[in-house]
Amino acid sequence: MQTSGTAGAARFAREIQQINRRQTFRDLALILPLLAFLLLVFATPILGFLWRSVENDIVPAHLPRTVVALADFISPGLPDEAAFAALAEDLRSLPPEANVAVLGRHLNATREGFRSLIMKTANKLPAVPEGTWRATLIKLDKKWGEETYWSTLKNESGRLTPSYLLAAVDLRLDDGGEVVRVAPDRRLYLSLLFRTFEISLQVAVLCALLGYPVAFVLNALPERKANMLMICVMLPFWTSLLVRTTAWIILLQGNGPVNSTLQWLGLITDPLQLIFNRFGVLVAMVHVLLPYMILPLYAVMKGIPSSHFRAAQSLGATNRIAFIRVYLPQTLPGLAAGALLVFIMALGYYITPALVGGPADQMLSAMLVYHMNESVNWGMAAALGMLLLGATILLFVVFGRLGAARNLIRAG
Amino acid sequence: MALSPHASFEDKIWHHGARILCYAVLLFLILPILIVVPISFSAGNVLAFPLPGFSLRWYETVATTPAWRDAAQNSLIIGVCSTILAMILGTMAAIGLARAKFRFKGAVVALIVSPILIPIVITAVGMYFFFVKVGLVGTYPGLILAHTALSVPFVVVTVMATLGGFDISLIRAAASLGAPPLTAFRRVTLPIIFPGIASGGLFAFATSFDEIVVTFFLAAPEQRTLPHQIFSGVREYVSPGIAAVATLLIIVSALLLTTVELLRRRSERLRTGKR
Repeated sequence: MQTSGTAGAARFAREIQQINRRQTFRDLALILPLLAFLLLVFATPILGFLWRSVENDIVPAHLPRTVVALADFISPGLPDEAAFAALAEDLRSLPPEANVAVLGRHLNATREGFRSLIMKTANKLPAVPEGTWRATLIKLDKKWGEETYWSTLKNESGRLTPSYLLAAVDLRLDDGGEVVRVAPDRRLYLSLLFRTFEISLQVAVLCALLGYPVAFVLNALPERKANMLMICVMLPFWTSLLVRTTAWIILLQGNGPVNSTLQWLGLITDPLQLIFNRFGVLVAMVHVLLPYMILPLYAVMKGIPSSHFRAAQSLGATNRIAFIRVYLPQTLPGLAAGALLVFIMALGYYITPALVGGPADQMLSAMLVYHMNESVNWGMAAALGMLLLGATILLFVVFGRLGAARNLIRAG
Repeated sequence: MALSPHASFEDKIWHHGARILCYAVLLFLILPILIVVPISFSAGNVLAFPLPGFSLRWYETVATTPAWRDAAQNSLIIGVCSTILAMILGTMAAIGLARAKFRFKGAVVALIVSPILIPIVITAVGMYFFFVKVGLVGTYPGLILAHTALSVPFVVVTVMATLGGFDISLIRAAASLGAPPLTAFRRVTLPIIFPGIASGGLFAFATSFDEIVVTFFLAAPEQRTLPHQIFSGVREYVSPGIAAVATLLIIVSALLLTTVELLRRRSERLRTGKR
């Protein structure tokens, strides 16, 4: 078939475009199953959980009429009769799945005394009011005559609440809706966050200090020998976390090998407390995370030509000066990336501190689990999850800026 | 950087100091593994040193305790099933990602690797709430799906790394010789990237085999895995029996590590064409 040159070229270009488009579709179809799977089983569940940190359906679910009646209520002062009547109606006809204790505990978290107030009112509420509902309720418990309980109810009647997130950093809303710090004896989470950062920082610094010489010496050794010694890094890396933690408990306990050896050497007379305290946590966590420091650092060092060092020496630098001025600066990005990676991974640690730490060494994750399993305060658990995830993502953005993600993947 | 014969005294101190520190850290890394193995052969009841004598009694105890046998079985079932799923989903996605160029590729890659990066407690609790809703808590399918999500990033990253060194002209050569795309994939691509897929699978298996926090939230007592069982054991009382289990698990890790290393060498040989 004869066609003019330009028309043929155009058709050819169109066909190429079509083939490319078909190819892209085929590639997307290959990615799609995994994408859908992770969205369904992983991403959506996590978002759903974190949503609980701002969701507030307890008051609206238990006291729907009161929420409506309080819509126009502005403190100071008490709400009108309609609100009192709505509250009485709500408390008398609680839906079957509702739970006064849950409601009381929820309100008690922001205003102490609310739990007993709710329980008492629900139990002793008469079927018909003596005069107005306002007088009846205040007679039943004079707290209903105090503005602060009503403004708490009002604050908690929105579908969304900032209180869990505020509580996660030791803040709360006061009656006027202002953000204030909680009472000093109830401050808890900021110091926990601080401790989590502190332990992670200690682990990251120790890993950097211990990992650098290992990567440096292994890189300088002949390849055969370095590969042999690399087993000491890789075997623990592949060994179960639980196995390693158990091993440290055995090693460091009162009559364990470490204490026995120290006593045999005559360095100590009584066994040292090496486990179930901060020392034990640091030892076990550094042991787990050290390979994440050594492997990327080793990969970075492998890429530095040894001629640089020799050039510095030939120009008259001593070994020390050549190291500090020529070698160290080239490895600093790798060192920073490794330390940051270790720090980020340490932030979320739960199992190791739970097994080898004391009560004063538990981190943010442990508190999250406590709120899930023991205090059953899911909103609070979700708020701590937001805090932990926020810190992690923020640090990963920094990590990405360091251009280190590529090194990590290459080393892994 | 070997020490030159003209090294100063100071240089020598730095040189030997770095070596001593390096060997000390390597000892620190390997010590827990070295110490657990002899303890598991102890003849005594307690973890006292020196060992009272050699025996295999703790291995016998572990082998005959139903709780340990069930735990091992559960770990194997969940590990193998989730690994197969992760290998299929992960390899497909890696092939697609290695070739395709589209606008949200960065976001898609971030989502796929995020199970490694997000603090595990958050993942565990999120999955717990979701799995309660769909009735998968305390079931094998639930645990298998959860472990698949956690281990699939390792397959994707490993296979993508292998594909990075893959010569696309091989496929064109196959096509020019008349091979349909699927045949070209089966006969050319697959054998070359197979070491990557297998390594990714081993990574995935190791991840599932070691997983505890998600299992903690999702498993019913009859789905207890080995890490879960060790955790409860350690909380109560550390017996030489746990050291025996630990030794067996160390052997598994050593096997996995060796296989991955052999696969890596094979892949390098295939890529460079050296024999």
